[in-house]
Amino acid sequence: MTFYDFAIAPFAEFEFMRRALVGCLALALGAGPVGVFLMLRRMSLFGDAMAHAILPGAAIGYLAAGLSLTAMTIGGLVAGFTVVLLAGLVTRATALKEDASLAAFYLISLALGVTIVSLKGSNIDLLHVLFGSVLALDDAAMILLAAMASITLVVLAIIYRPLVLECVDPSFLKSVSRAGGPAHLAFLALVVMTLVGGFNALGTLLSVGIMMLPAAAARFWAIELTGMICVATLIGLLSSVSGLILSYHLGLPSGPAIILSAGVAYFASLAFGPHGGLVLRLLPQRHLEA
Amino acid sequence: MNAPLTHARGAAIRFTDLTLGYDRHPAVHHLSAKVEAGGLVAIIGPNGAGKSTLLKAVAGALAPLSGHVSVEGARRRAIAYLPQLAAIDRTFPICVFDLVATGLWRRTGLFGGFSRTDRDAVSQALAHVGLTGFERRTIDALSGGQLQRALFARLMLQDADVILLDEPLTAIDTKTAADLLDVLRGWHAEQRTILAVLHDMNLVRDLFPHTMLLARELVAYGRTDDVLTQANLARARHMIEAFDEAAHICEHDKAAAQ
Repeated sequence: MTFYDFAIAPFAEFEFMRRALVGCLALALGAGPVGVFLMLRRMSLFGDAMAHAILPGAAIGYLAAGLSLTAMTIGGLVAGFTVVLLAGLVTRATALKEDASLAAFYLISLALGVTIVSLKGSNIDLLHVLFGSVLALDDAAMILLAAMASITLVVLAIIYRPLVLECVDPSFLKSVSRAGGPAHLAFLALVVMTLVGGFNALGTLLSVGIMMLPAAAARFWAIELTGMICVATLIGLLSSVSGLILSYHLGLPSGPAIILSAGVAYFASLAFGPHGGLVLRLLPQRHLEA
Repeated sequence: MNAPLTHARGAAIRFTDLTLGYDRHPAVHHLSAKVEAGGLVAIIGPNGAGKSTLLKAVAGALAPLSGHVSVEGARRRAIAYLPQLAAIDRTFPICVFDLVATGLWRRTGLFGGFSRTDRDAVSQALAHVGLTGFERRTIDALSGGQLQRALFARLMLQDADVILLDEPLTAIDTKTAADLLDVLRGWHAEQRTILAVLHDMNLVRDLFPHTMLLARELVAYGRTDDVLTQANLARARHMIEAFDEAAHICEHDKAAAQ
Protein backbone atom coordinates (compact mmCIF):
# COMPACT_ATOMS: atom_id res chain seq x y z
CA MET A 1 0.00 0.00 0.00
CA THR A 2 1.49 3.34 -1.00
CA PHE A 3 1.27 6.44 1.10
CA TYR A 4 -1.27 7.79 -1.36
CA ASP A 5 -3.50 4.74 -0.94
CA PHE A 6 -3.18 4.93 2.80
CA ALA A 7 -3.58 8.60 3.58
CA ILE A 8 -4.86 10.47 0.55
CA ALA A 9 -7.13 8.11 -1.33
CA PRO A 10 -9.83 7.80 1.34
CA PHE A 11 -10.37 11.54 1.20
CA ALA A 12 -9.89 11.87 -2.56
CA GLU A 13 -12.40 9.17 -3.37
CA PHE A 14 -15.19 9.73 -0.89
CA GLU A 15 -16.97 12.99 -0.32
CA PHE A 16 -18.22 11.98 3.13
CA MET A 17 -14.61 11.49 4.21
CA ARG A 18 -13.68 14.96 2.98
CA ARG A 19 -16.63 16.45 4.85
CA ALA A 20 -15.70 14.57 7.99
CA LEU A 21 -12.13 15.83 7.65
CA VAL A 22 -13.12 19.48 7.24
CA GLY A 23 -15.60 19.25 10.10
CA CYS A 24 -13.10 17.66 12.46
CA LEU A 25 -10.32 20.08 11.57
CA ALA A 26 -12.63 23.02 12.29
CA LEU A 27 -13.65 21.45 15.58
CA ALA A 28 -10.04 20.77 16.60
CA LEU A 29 -9.01 24.37 15.84
CA GLY A 30 -11.43 25.79 18.37
CA ALA A 31 -11.30 22.93 20.86
CA GLY A 32 -7.50 23.02 21.32
CA PRO A 33 -7.15 26.42 22.98
CA VAL A 34 -10.41 26.04 24.93
CA GLY A 35 -9.16 22.72 26.31
CA VAL A 36 -5.84 24.24 27.39
CA PHE A 37 -7.59 26.97 29.37
CA LEU A 38 -9.96 24.44 30.93
CA MET A 39 -6.97 22.40 32.04
CA LEU A 40 -5.06 25.40 33.41
CA ARG A 41 -8.12 26.61 35.32
CA ARG A 42 -8.36 23.13 36.86
CA MET A 43 -11.71 22.69 35.17
CA SER A 44 -10.81 19.59 33.17
CA LEU A 45 -13.93 17.80 34.38
CA PHE A 46 -16.15 20.80 33.77
CA GLY A 47 -16.24 19.96 30.06
CA ASP A 48 -17.36 16.46 30.90
CA ALA A 49 -20.14 17.72 33.14
CA MET A 50 -21.32 20.16 30.49
CA ALA A 51 -21.29 17.47 27.82
CA HIS A 52 -23.84 15.58 29.90
CA ALA A 53 -25.79 18.71 30.68
CA ILE A 54 -26.53 19.59 27.06
CA LEU A 55 -28.16 16.21 26.42
CA PRO A 56 -31.79 17.07 27.31
CA GLY A 57 -31.67 20.19 25.14
CA ALA A 58 -30.45 18.17 22.19
CA ALA A 59 -33.02 15.49 22.93
CA ILE A 60 -35.91 17.95 23.02
CA GLY A 61 -34.64 19.47 19.78
CA TYR A 62 -34.53 16.00 18.29
CA LEU A 63 -38.07 15.20 19.43
CA ALA A 64 -39.41 18.47 18.12
CA ALA A 65 -37.81 18.40 14.71
CA GLY A 66 -36.26 14.98 14.15
CA LEU A 67 -32.59 14.78 13.25
CA SER A 68 -32.51 18.50 12.62
CA LEU A 69 -29.15 20.03 13.24
CA THR A 70 -30.54 23.48 13.94
CA ALA A 71 -33.08 22.26 16.48
CA MET A 72 -30.59 20.04 18.30
CA THR A 73 -27.94 22.75 18.33
CA ILE A 74 -30.27 25.38 19.71
CA GLY A 75 -31.60 22.91 22.28
CA GLY A 76 -28.07 21.98 23.33
CA LEU A 77 -26.97 25.61 23.66
CA VAL A 78 -30.04 26.50 25.73
CA ALA A 79 -29.59 23.51 28.05
CA GLY A 80 -25.86 24.17 28.43
CA PHE A 81 -26.21 27.87 29.25
CA THR A 82 -29.08 27.13 31.62
CA VAL A 83 -27.02 24.69 33.64
CA VAL A 84 -24.00 27.02 33.73
CA LEU A 85 -26.09 29.96 34.90
CA LEU A 86 -28.11 27.98 37.44
CA ALA A 87 -24.97 26.41 38.90
CA GLY A 88 -23.35 29.85 39.05
CA LEU A 89 -26.39 31.36 40.79
CA VAL A 90 -26.58 28.58 43.36
CA THR A 91 -22.87 28.94 44.08
CA ARG A 92 -23.24 32.66 44.67
CA ALA A 93 -26.47 32.51 46.64
CA THR A 94 -25.91 29.47 48.86
CA ALA A 95 -23.16 27.71 50.77
CA LEU A 96 -22.78 25.03 48.09
CA LYS A 97 -19.43 25.08 46.26
CA GLU A 98 -19.30 25.39 42.49
CA ASP A 99 -18.34 21.77 41.75
CA ALA A 100 -21.13 20.34 43.88
CA SER A 101 -23.83 22.59 42.46
CA LEU A 102 -22.63 21.91 38.92
CA ALA A 103 -22.62 18.16 39.56
CA ALA A 104 -26.19 18.33 40.87
CA PHE A 105 -27.47 20.19 37.85
CA TYR A 106 -25.68 18.18 35.22
CA LEU A 107 -26.82 14.87 36.70
CA ILE A 108 -30.43 16.03 36.77
CA SER A 109 -30.01 17.30 33.25
CA LEU A 110 -28.49 14.02 32.06
CA ALA A 111 -31.23 11.91 33.61
CA LEU A 112 -33.81 14.19 32.03
CA GLY A 113 -32.13 13.83 28.65
CA VAL A 114 -31.96 10.05 28.75
CA THR A 115 -35.60 9.91 29.86
CA ILE A 116 -36.73 12.14 27.01
CA VAL A 117 -34.80 10.21 24.40
CA SER A 118 -35.95 6.78 25.55
CA LEU A 119 -39.60 7.85 25.93
CA LYS A 120 -39.91 8.80 22.33
CA GLY A 121 -36.93 7.60 20.39
CA SER A 122 -35.11 4.32 19.94
CA ASN A 123 -31.72 3.22 21.26
CA ILE A 124 -30.22 4.01 17.88
CA ASP A 125 -31.22 7.66 18.34
CA LEU A 126 -29.66 7.73 21.77
CA LEU A 127 -26.45 6.32 20.34
CA HIS A 128 -26.47 9.01 17.70
CA VAL A 129 -26.79 11.80 20.23
CA LEU A 130 -24.25 10.24 22.56
CA PHE A 131 -21.64 9.33 19.98
CA GLY A 132 -22.35 11.49 16.95
CA SER A 133 -22.04 10.73 13.28
CA VAL A 134 -18.98 12.37 11.84
CA LEU A 135 -19.37 10.54 8.54
CA ALA A 136 -22.77 12.09 7.91
CA LEU A 137 -22.01 15.79 8.11
CA ASP A 138 -24.20 17.82 5.76
CA ASP A 139 -23.55 21.36 4.57
CA ALA A 140 -25.36 22.92 7.47
CA ALA A 141 -23.32 20.94 9.99
CA MET A 142 -20.06 21.92 8.33
CA ILE A 143 -21.00 25.58 8.24
CA LEU A 144 -21.97 25.34 11.90
CA LEU A 145 -18.65 23.76 12.86
CA ALA A 146 -16.67 26.30 10.88
CA ALA A 147 -18.66 29.22 12.28
CA MET A 148 -18.22 28.00 15.83
CA ALA A 149 -14.48 27.55 15.37
CA SER A 150 -14.22 31.09 14.02
CA ILE A 151 -16.29 32.58 16.83
CA THR A 152 -14.25 30.65 19.40
CA LEU A 153 -10.93 31.94 18.08
CA VAL A 154 -12.13 35.55 17.77
CA VAL A 155 -13.69 35.59 21.25
CA LEU A 156 -10.59 33.98 22.76
CA ALA A 157 -8.47 36.69 21.17
CA ILE A 158 -10.72 39.33 22.72
CA ILE A 159 -10.77 37.89 26.25
CA TYR A 160 -7.23 36.51 26.19
CA ARG A 161 -5.61 38.97 28.60
CA PRO A 162 -8.25 38.91 31.35
CA LEU A 163 -8.64 35.16 30.96
CA VAL A 164 -4.93 34.54 31.47
CA LEU A 165 -4.66 37.02 34.30
CA GLU A 166 -7.69 35.58 36.03
CA CYS A 167 -5.93 32.23 36.12
CA VAL A 168 -2.58 33.59 37.31
CA ASP A 169 -3.51 36.37 39.70
CA PRO A 170 -7.24 36.97 40.10
CA SER A 171 -6.91 39.53 42.89
CA PHE A 172 -4.58 41.65 40.77
CA LEU A 173 -6.96 41.51 37.84
CA LYS A 174 -9.76 42.64 40.12
CA SER A 175 -7.68 45.62 41.20
CA VAL A 176 -7.04 46.86 37.66
CA SER A 177 -10.07 45.80 35.66
CA ARG A 178 -13.64 44.62 35.86
CA ALA A 179 -13.20 42.37 32.83
CA GLY A 180 -12.57 39.21 34.87
CA GLY A 181 -16.19 38.20 35.43
CA PRO A 182 -17.41 38.83 31.88
CA ALA A 183 -14.33 37.08 30.48
CA HIS A 184 -15.05 34.03 32.64
CA LEU A 185 -18.66 33.92 31.47
CA ALA A 186 -17.66 34.32 27.84
CA PHE A 187 -15.19 31.49 28.28
CA LEU A 188 -17.87 29.18 29.74
CA ALA A 189 -20.08 30.06 26.78
CA LEU A 190 -17.25 29.04 24.46
CA VAL A 191 -16.97 25.69 26.23
CA VAL A 192 -20.68 25.04 25.81
CA MET A 193 -20.53 26.13 22.18
CA THR A 194 -17.57 23.93 21.38
CA LEU A 195 -19.30 20.95 22.96
CA VAL A 196 -22.54 21.56 21.11
CA GLY A 197 -20.64 21.95 17.86
CA GLY A 198 -18.68 18.84 18.71
CA PHE A 199 -21.62 16.61 19.42
CA ASN A 200 -22.79 16.74 15.83
CA ALA A 201 -19.52 15.18 14.84
CA LEU A 202 -18.38 13.18 17.84
CA GLY A 203 -21.42 12.99 20.09
CA THR A 204 -21.97 14.71 23.42
CA LEU A 205 -19.64 12.46 25.36
CA LEU A 206 -16.70 12.15 23.00
CA SER A 207 -16.58 15.83 22.03
CA VAL A 208 -14.96 16.44 25.41
CA GLY A 209 -12.12 14.20 24.27
CA ILE A 210 -11.05 16.46 21.43
CA MET A 211 -10.77 19.31 23.97
CA MET A 212 -9.09 17.66 26.92
CA LEU A 213 -6.80 14.95 25.54
CA PRO A 214 -4.74 17.28 23.29
CA ALA A 215 -4.56 19.84 26.11
CA ALA A 216 -3.34 17.28 28.63
CA ALA A 217 -0.79 15.96 26.11
CA ALA A 218 0.46 19.47 25.31
CA ARG A 219 1.44 20.03 28.95
CA PHE A 220 4.34 17.62 28.37
CA TRP A 221 5.70 19.46 25.33
CA ALA A 222 5.60 23.16 26.14
CA ILE A 223 6.33 25.17 29.28
CA GLU A 224 4.66 28.34 28.13
CA LEU A 225 1.03 29.04 27.39
CA THR A 226 1.48 30.02 23.74
CA GLY A 227 3.41 26.89 22.95
CA MET A 228 0.93 24.78 24.85
CA ILE A 229 -1.99 26.12 22.82
CA CYS A 230 -0.15 25.52 19.54
CA VAL A 231 0.82 21.96 20.48
CA ALA A 232 -2.69 21.14 21.70
CA THR A 233 -4.27 22.40 18.49
CA LEU A 234 -1.74 20.51 16.41
CA ILE A 235 -2.37 17.28 18.29
CA GLY A 236 -6.10 17.78 17.84
CA LEU A 237 -5.70 18.29 14.10
CA LEU A 238 -3.39 15.29 13.69
CA SER A 239 -5.67 13.05 15.77
CA SER A 240 -8.60 14.02 13.56
CA VAL A 241 -6.73 13.07 10.40
CA SER A 242 -5.24 9.86 11.74
CA GLY A 243 -8.50 8.83 13.42
CA LEU A 244 -10.41 9.19 10.18
CA ILE A 245 -7.77 7.27 8.19
CA LEU A 246 -7.71 4.45 10.74
CA SER A 247 -11.47 4.23 10.90
CA TYR A 248 -11.54 4.00 7.09
CA HIS A 249 -8.98 1.23 6.80
CA LEU A 250 -9.91 -0.80 9.87
CA GLY A 251 -13.66 -0.26 9.75
CA LEU A 252 -13.71 1.38 13.18
CA PRO A 253 -16.41 3.81 14.25
CA SER A 254 -14.88 7.16 13.32
CA GLY A 255 -15.71 9.29 16.38
CA PRO A 256 -14.11 6.91 18.87
CA ALA A 257 -11.20 6.35 16.45
CA ILE A 258 -10.43 10.09 16.51
CA ILE A 259 -10.53 10.25 20.29
CA LEU A 260 -8.46 7.07 20.56
CA SER A 261 -5.86 8.67 18.28
CA ALA A 262 -5.77 11.62 20.65
CA GLY A 263 -5.44 9.08 23.46
CA VAL A 264 -2.40 7.56 21.78
CA ALA A 265 -0.91 11.05 21.46
CA TYR A 266 -1.59 11.54 25.16
CA PHE A 267 0.15 8.33 26.17
CA ALA A 268 3.09 9.08 23.89
CA SER A 269 3.41 12.54 25.46
CA LEU A 270 3.10 11.12 28.94
CA ALA A 271 5.95 8.75 28.18
CA PHE A 272 8.28 10.80 26.00
CA GLY A 273 7.36 14.46 26.59
CA PRO A 274 10.39 16.62 27.43
CA HIS A 275 8.65 18.44 30.29
CA GLY A 276 7.76 15.98 33.02
CA GLY A 277 7.47 12.93 30.76
CA LEU A 278 8.01 9.58 32.45
CA VAL A 279 11.02 8.40 30.45
CA LEU A 280 13.03 11.54 31.14
CA ARG A 281 12.08 11.31 34.79
CA LEU A 282 13.22 7.73 35.09
CA LEU A 283 16.48 8.20 33.18
CA PRO A 284 19.32 9.09 35.52
CA GLN A 285 20.16 12.67 34.65
CA ARG A 286 23.30 14.47 35.71
CA HIS A 287 22.40 17.81 37.23
CA LEU A 288 23.80 21.00 35.80
CA GLU A 289 26.44 23.21 37.30
CA ALA A 290 24.12 26.19 37.86
CA MET B 1 13.65 75.91 53.34
CA ASN B 2 12.58 73.37 50.80
CA ALA B 3 10.81 74.62 47.73
CA PRO B 4 7.33 73.12 47.45
CA LEU B 5 7.32 70.04 45.28
CA THR B 6 5.56 70.94 42.07
CA HIS B 7 5.19 67.32 41.03
CA ALA B 8 3.62 66.07 44.22
CA ARG B 9 1.59 63.14 43.03
CA GLY B 10 0.73 61.17 46.10
CA ALA B 11 -2.85 61.10 47.29
CA ALA B 12 -4.09 61.60 50.81
CA ILE B 13 -6.07 58.81 52.44
CA ARG B 14 -8.78 59.66 54.94
CA PHE B 15 -10.44 57.14 57.25
CA THR B 16 -13.69 58.46 58.69
CA ASP B 17 -15.15 56.49 61.61
CA LEU B 18 -14.29 53.40 59.60
CA THR B 19 -15.44 49.98 60.78
CA LEU B 20 -14.42 46.94 58.76
CA GLY B 21 -15.09 43.32 59.39
CA TYR B 22 -16.39 39.94 58.42
CA ASP B 23 -19.84 38.61 59.28
CA ARG B 24 -20.59 41.82 61.23
CA HIS B 25 -17.69 41.17 63.61
CA PRO B 26 -15.41 44.18 63.45
CA ALA B 27 -11.76 43.67 62.50
CA VAL B 28 -11.12 47.40 62.46
CA HIS B 29 -13.26 49.42 64.84
CA HIS B 30 -14.21 53.10 64.45
CA LEU B 31 -10.96 54.24 62.92
CA SER B 32 -10.52 57.89 62.08
CA ALA B 33 -7.18 59.06 60.74
CA LYS B 34 -5.59 60.79 57.80
CA VAL B 35 -2.52 59.80 55.85
CA GLU B 36 -0.94 62.82 54.17
CA ALA B 37 -0.16 62.79 50.47
CA GLY B 38 3.31 61.38 49.94
CA GLY B 39 3.31 59.81 53.39
CA LEU B 40 5.29 56.70 54.20
CA VAL B 41 3.37 54.93 56.94
CA ALA B 42 4.05 51.62 58.63
CA ILE B 43 1.02 49.78 59.95
CA ILE B 44 1.89 47.57 62.89
CA GLY B 45 0.05 45.57 65.49
CA PRO B 46 -0.46 42.03 66.75
CA ASN B 47 -1.92 39.28 64.58
CA GLY B 48 -5.63 39.81 64.07
CA ALA B 49 -5.35 43.54 64.64
CA GLY B 50 -7.01 44.35 61.33
CA LYS B 51 -3.92 45.52 59.45
CA SER B 52 -4.53 43.50 56.29
CA THR B 53 -8.23 44.26 56.48
CA LEU B 54 -7.45 47.97 56.48
CA LEU B 55 -5.31 47.67 53.34
CA LYS B 56 -8.03 45.67 51.61
CA ALA B 57 -10.50 48.44 52.32
CA VAL B 58 -8.17 51.10 50.89
CA ALA B 59 -7.66 48.92 47.82
CA GLY B 60 -11.41 48.75 47.42
CA ALA B 61 -11.53 44.98 47.84
CA LEU B 62 -13.65 45.12 50.99
CA ALA B 63 -16.73 47.26 51.62
CA PRO B 64 -16.84 48.98 55.05
CA LEU B 65 -19.44 47.87 57.60
CA SER B 66 -19.81 51.55 58.45
CA GLY B 67 -17.93 54.80 57.99
CA HIS B 68 -15.81 55.32 54.93
CA VAL B 69 -12.36 55.47 53.49
CA SER B 70 -11.55 57.98 50.80
CA VAL B 71 -8.51 58.45 48.63
CA GLU B 72 -8.23 62.14 47.84
CA GLY B 73 -6.59 63.52 44.75
CA ALA B 74 -5.58 60.25 43.17
CA ARG B 75 -5.94 59.65 39.50
CA ARG B 76 -8.74 57.20 38.90
CA ARG B 77 -8.04 53.72 40.27
CA ALA B 78 -4.39 54.61 40.77
CA ILE B 79 -3.92 52.32 43.74
CA ALA B 80 -1.46 49.45 43.62
CA TYR B 81 -1.94 46.68 46.15
CA LEU B 82 0.37 43.79 46.97
CA PRO B 83 -1.56 41.33 49.14
CA GLN B 84 0.06 39.30 51.89
CA LEU B 85 -0.12 35.92 50.21
CA ALA B 86 -0.39 37.00 46.62
CA ALA B 87 -2.99 34.59 45.30
CA ILE B 88 -0.78 33.71 42.37
CA ASP B 89 -1.15 30.34 40.70
CA ARG B 90 2.53 29.43 40.60
CA THR B 91 1.89 26.47 38.28
CA PHE B 92 0.42 28.61 35.51
CA PRO B 93 2.73 28.52 32.49
CA ILE B 94 3.46 32.23 32.20
CA CYS B 95 6.94 33.74 32.07
CA VAL B 96 8.36 36.44 34.32
CA PHE B 97 8.32 39.08 31.59
CA ASP B 98 4.62 38.58 30.87
CA LEU B 99 3.68 38.56 34.55
CA VAL B 100 5.55 41.80 35.19
CA ALA B 101 4.16 43.34 32.00
CA THR B 102 0.64 43.04 33.39
CA GLY B 103 1.63 46.01 35.55
CA LEU B 104 1.09 48.13 32.43
CA TRP B 105 -2.56 47.05 32.32
CA ARG B 106 -3.92 50.55 32.78
CA ARG B 107 -2.00 51.69 29.72
CA THR B 108 -2.61 48.72 27.46
CA GLY B 109 -5.96 47.50 28.75
CA LEU B 110 -7.66 44.62 27.01
CA PHE B 111 -6.54 45.30 23.47
CA GLY B 112 -3.92 48.03 23.59
CA GLY B 113 -0.74 47.38 21.67
CA PHE B 114 2.49 46.62 23.46
CA SER B 115 5.08 49.02 22.10
CA ARG B 116 8.85 49.01 22.16
CA THR B 117 8.67 51.66 24.90
CA ASP B 118 6.54 49.32 26.99
CA ARG B 119 8.99 46.51 26.39
CA ASP B 120 11.85 48.74 27.54
CA ALA B 121 9.87 49.80 30.59
CA VAL B 122 9.39 46.17 31.61
CA SER B 123 13.07 45.41 31.04
CA GLN B 124 14.04 48.42 33.15
CA ALA B 125 11.75 47.40 35.97
CA LEU B 126 13.19 43.88 35.89
CA ALA B 127 16.73 45.28 35.93
CA HIS B 128 15.80 47.51 38.86
CA VAL B 129 14.82 44.52 41.02
CA GLY B 130 17.75 42.42 39.80
CA LEU B 131 15.84 40.00 37.65
CA THR B 132 17.57 40.66 34.33
CA GLY B 133 18.09 37.35 32.59
CA PHE B 134 14.95 35.84 34.14
CA GLU B 135 12.58 37.23 31.48
CA ARG B 136 11.75 33.89 29.88
CA ARG B 137 11.70 31.78 33.03
CA THR B 138 8.29 30.50 33.96
CA ILE B 139 7.07 31.56 37.38
CA ASP B 140 7.06 28.03 38.78
CA ALA B 141 10.86 28.10 38.48
CA LEU B 142 11.19 31.17 40.74
CA SER B 143 12.07 31.12 44.42
CA GLY B 144 9.83 32.97 46.86
CA GLY B 145 12.22 35.93 46.95
CA GLN B 146 12.50 36.08 43.17
CA LEU B 147 8.72 36.09 42.82
CA GLN B 148 8.50 38.95 45.33
CA ARG B 149 11.10 40.85 43.26
CA ALA B 150 8.97 40.28 40.18
CA LEU B 151 5.87 41.53 41.99
CA PHE B 152 7.76 44.67 43.04
CA ALA B 153 8.74 45.19 39.41
CA ARG B 154 5.08 44.96 38.50
CA LEU B 155 4.21 47.50 41.21
CA MET B 156 6.80 49.86 39.69
CA LEU B 157 5.14 49.59 36.31
CA GLN B 158 1.73 50.26 37.80
CA ASP B 159 2.99 53.78 38.46
CA ALA B 160 0.39 54.26 41.20
CA ASP B 161 -0.20 57.28 43.45
CA VAL B 162 -0.95 55.02 46.38
CA ILE B 163 0.98 51.82 47.07
CA LEU B 164 -0.26 49.29 49.62
CA LEU B 165 2.14 46.55 50.76
CA ASP B 166 0.97 43.77 53.04
CA GLU B 167 3.96 42.18 54.81
CA PRO B 168 6.11 42.57 51.69
CA LEU B 169 9.29 41.29 53.34
CA THR B 170 8.04 38.20 55.15
CA ALA B 171 10.21 35.16 54.38
CA ILE B 172 12.59 37.27 52.30
CA ASP B 173 16.37 37.09 52.80
CA THR B 174 18.34 40.18 53.82
CA LYS B 175 19.87 40.83 50.40
CA THR B 176 16.48 40.74 48.67
CA ALA B 177 14.92 42.78 51.45
CA ALA B 178 17.61 45.44 51.06
CA ASP B 179 17.04 45.60 47.30
CA LEU B 180 13.28 45.86 47.68
CA LEU B 181 13.63 48.55 50.34
CA ASP B 182 15.70 50.56 47.87
CA VAL B 183 12.77 50.37 45.50
CA LEU B 184 10.50 51.52 48.32
CA ARG B 185 12.76 54.50 49.08
CA GLY B 186 12.57 55.40 45.40
CA TRP B 187 8.79 55.45 45.53
CA HIS B 188 8.87 57.63 48.65
CA ALA B 189 11.24 60.06 46.93
CA GLU B 190 8.73 60.25 44.09
CA GLN B 191 6.11 61.43 46.58
CA ARG B 192 3.89 58.39 46.31
CA THR B 193 1.75 57.59 49.33
CA ILE B 194 2.82 54.26 50.82
CA LEU B 195 1.13 52.12 53.47
CA ALA B 196 3.04 49.01 54.52
CA VAL B 197 2.07 46.35 57.02
CA LEU B 198 5.24 45.23 58.81
CA HIS B 199 6.39 43.25 61.82
CA ASP B 200 10.07 44.22 61.89
CA MET B 201 10.23 47.06 64.43
CA ASN B 202 13.84 47.94 63.62
CA LEU B 203 12.93 48.38 60.00
CA VAL B 204 9.97 50.55 60.93
CA ARG B 205 12.18 52.75 63.11
CA ASP B 206 14.85 53.08 60.42
CA LEU B 207 12.72 53.76 57.41
CA PHE B 208 9.21 54.89 58.23
CA PRO B 209 8.60 58.45 59.41
CA HIS B 210 5.07 57.65 60.56
CA THR B 211 3.50 54.60 62.15
CA MET B 212 -0.04 53.49 62.83
CA LEU B 213 -0.43 51.01 65.69
CA LEU B 214 -3.63 49.01 65.37
CA ALA B 215 -5.27 46.53 67.70
CA ARG B 216 -8.68 46.48 66.09
CA GLU B 217 -9.01 49.99 67.55
CA LEU B 218 -6.46 52.64 66.72
CA VAL B 219 -3.92 52.53 69.55
CA ALA B 220 -1.60 55.25 68.37
CA TYR B 221 -0.77 57.09 65.18
CA GLY B 222 1.88 59.66 64.52
CA ARG B 223 5.65 60.03 64.35
CA THR B 224 7.22 56.59 64.63
CA ASP B 225 9.25 57.40 67.75
CA ASP B 226 6.16 58.62 69.56
CA VAL B 227 4.14 55.56 68.60
CA LEU B 228 6.64 52.80 69.29
CA THR B 229 6.70 53.10 73.06
CA GLN B 230 6.58 50.16 75.46
CA ALA B 231 3.32 51.44 76.89
CA ASN B 232 1.61 51.60 73.48
CA LEU B 233 2.85 48.16 72.44
CA ALA B 234 1.73 46.57 75.69
CA ARG B 235 -1.68 48.21 75.35
CA ALA B 236 -2.02 46.83 71.82
CA ARG B 237 -1.22 43.29 72.98
CA HIS B 238 -3.92 43.41 75.65
CA MET B 239 -6.60 44.73 73.36
CA ILE B 240 -6.62 41.75 71.05
CA GLU B 241 -8.96 38.95 71.93
CA ALA B 242 -10.86 36.40 69.90
CA PHE B 243 -14.09 37.14 68.08
CA ASP B 244 -16.92 36.96 70.58
CA GLU B 245 -19.63 34.92 68.85
CA ALA B 246 -22.25 36.31 71.22
CA ALA B 247 -21.05 39.89 70.89
CA HIS B 248 -23.66 42.58 71.38
CA ILE B 249 -24.48 45.28 68.90
CA CYS B 250 -21.80 47.93 69.20
CA GLU B 251 -22.83 50.49 71.85
CA HIS B 252 -20.99 53.21 69.97
CA ASP B 253 -23.41 52.76 67.06
CA LYS B 254 -26.44 52.52 69.35
CA ALA B 255 -25.53 55.80 70.93
CA ALA B 256 -25.06 57.38 67.52
CA ALA B 257 -28.42 56.07 66.32
CA GLN B 258 -30.35 57.56 69.23
